[in-house]
Amino acid sequence: MSASALIRSAATEPCRPWPRHMLAPSDWTEMAAALAGEPTLALLALWADTAHVHAILYDEAADEPLLASTRVEAGRYTALSPGRPLSAWFECMVQDLWGHTAADGIDQRPWLDHGHWPQTHPMALRSDDLRARSEPAEFLSVAGEDLDQIPLGPVHGDIEPASHMRLTGVGETIVRLETRLGYTHKGTLALMRGKSPRAAARFAARLSGEATVAHAIAFAQATEAALEAEPPLRAVALRAVMAELERIAGHLGALAAIGEAAGIAALPMLCGRQREAVHRVAGLTFGHRLMMDCVVPGGVAADLAPGGAGAVLRVVAELAERLPELERRYERAPLAPRLSGLGVVSAAQVSSLAAGGVIGRAAGRAFDVRRSPGYGAYASFARPVPLLAVGDADARTRLRLAEIGDSIRLLRNLLDTLPPGAVSIPLSADSGEGVGFAESARGDVWHWLRLDHGQIASVFMRDPGWAHWPLFEATAPSGQVADLPLIQASFDLASSGVDL
Amino acid sequence: MNVPGNVLGQIVRTLRGRPATELPVPVDGETAASLASRLEATSRARLGRSLAIQHIDAGSCGGCEIEIRALTNVIYNLTQFGLVFVTSPRHADVLLVTGPLTRNLVEALEQAWTATPDPKFVVAVGDCAVDGGVFKGSYAVGGGIGTTLPVDLLISGCPPTPERILAGLRALLEANARS
Repeated sequence: MSASALIRSAATEPCRPWPRHMLAPSDWTEMAAALAGEPTLALLALWADTAHVHAILYDEAADEPLLASTRVEAGRYTALSPGRPLSAWFECMVQDLWGHTAADGIDQRPWLDHGHWPQTHPMALRSDDLRARSEPAEFLSVAGEDLDQIPLGPVHGDIEPASHMRLTGVGETIVRLETRLGYTHKGTLALMRGKSPRAAARFAARLSGEATVAHAIAFAQATEAALEAEPPLRAVALRAVMAELERIAGHLGALAAIGEAAGIAALPMLCGRQREAVHRVAGLTFGHRLMMDCVVPGGVAADLAPGGAGAVLRVVAELAERLPELERRYERAPLAPRLSGLGVVSAAQVSSLAAGGVIGRAAGRAFDVRRSPGYGAYASFARPVPLLAVGDADARTRLRLAEIGDSIRLLRNLLDTLPPGAVSIPLSADSGEGVGFAESARGDVWHWLRLDHGQIASVFMRDPGWAHWPLFEATAPSGQVADLPLIQASFDLASSGVDL
Repeated sequence: MNVPGNVLGQIVRTLRGRPATELPVPVDGETAASLASRLEATSRARLGRSLAIQHIDAGSCGGCEIEIRALTNVIYNLTQFGLVFVTSPRHADVLLVTGPLTRNLVEALEQAWTATPDPKFVVAVGDCAVDGGVFKGSYAVGGGIGTTLPVDLLISGCPPTPERILAGLRALLEANARS
């Protein structure tokens, strides 16, 4: 039986909008073994609670997500990483936070736990206070002559998120790039447990600052699904307005970073100015420059400020006017030629890691959760997803430019057809389980939570970075050290969303 | 001379248009005065009329970085005040630290501070850096930069606006000149 058929044939637990399939440990093991034979079943995330591990997969053949769980027996469950390499980092994270061991996992090294917490397995029922210091971070060993190692981070020269990169190379040529994350781990999931969705939304909004709106939307949708609540139409439309403003700001930021890495001042200058206009109008219209905490479970925190729609449209109009100049500046040598052929990711790599966002779409993976499964206000504005096949830094940058134009069109449509009415509804303090998702500037974010009488019993938030960092690692070998900052800028990597 | 029309148009627009950079507001004298007395009390040597800034992520979500990066755009134009970002703590006068200080970053922050030559300032940017913010009490965070380093200036906000960060840095510059 195929992995997806095994999951579908298992008994279900109530979870909305899709049921969660509870596999017996033996069926889970069989499913894990069948994964290698079903490449269209993408693994999006793996996480745990005190007694189970859960996975969210995407059946690309049927175009729908599949949720699967199994019981952890004697502290162990069968690893998915032999069939889905992306699972390795999730398995390390589950080990560090809950203490469940992935049997046959391809990587068993500590990940989030660097040996500095006062307790081990902080999310487990009984975490161990009296801990032995865990071993220092170990990198894969390299054997060969004349190999140099360059350690980068966690403190970086530029205004960059904390991460560590270990470059092994021969002269200027990279042999291996290994990243180590977990530096910014803040214990977010543990802080959310036991809180009401309204209180916990502040943490969802602070998982990744550049995607605060997208994460807040996914969290709100998961809550609303769990409680079978429908947010008002006006709130749904306003969420989309905020999400598109955030997308424009994010893409402009990435473009500025690319220009900076290439040493071209004109691009950051132009992008910085337009981005500032976006943040200012967001501040005037929604009350916060980054629109943090503006999306809440049940709706949005407040209606548009008076004149807000007009102000946003004016900023959008100016950006639309400037966009051709931006495109021209990008096309002009030396930028576009410099980026083409750099940091190539293949279609096979992208689909095996289920990488989303422009990184996936630049390599031919037509995945945008706004279109499918689809949510919120996007259903009314169906349009094709911009797609390229080359998978290099140039393709990623071109898609960013294309998506800015797309968001401009969406914003105009949304603001022209803004429905009247209330912007939030009260939520009940019931029990339930739900999944929410949203497309951030970096890719698809997925939230799952279980509510127990209005309090969060268990929660997980999946940032697109989980797939992007390993993909970035994979592009480095045989490249040049000097190209790395450009490639990194084209990936627009952030660590906080993955570090939890 | 043969100049393409679009380039000519751009030159004319640039010459006619006002600069994008906003006029600076006066320095916050109260903050500058209290900072100046702090500097005197610690008898710290004076730095020049410019400050070299190193940003350090001590566990930030990335929100504060958006606003710090905004300082370098043409609207705020940080360099007009003699404030520049450098790329190593060894070249820095000011460590601009964001995030609640996760336990996994304590060692890195201490090393960066040790690598920074004296005299040096530590500025905590954002509610997290001030006291841990929403992450206060987590097993994974220490509760603000002040738990590990002597902090000279706290800039609150989640995240603080570029104006606020700029006001803080300019007060530091002013205090440094007065003391």
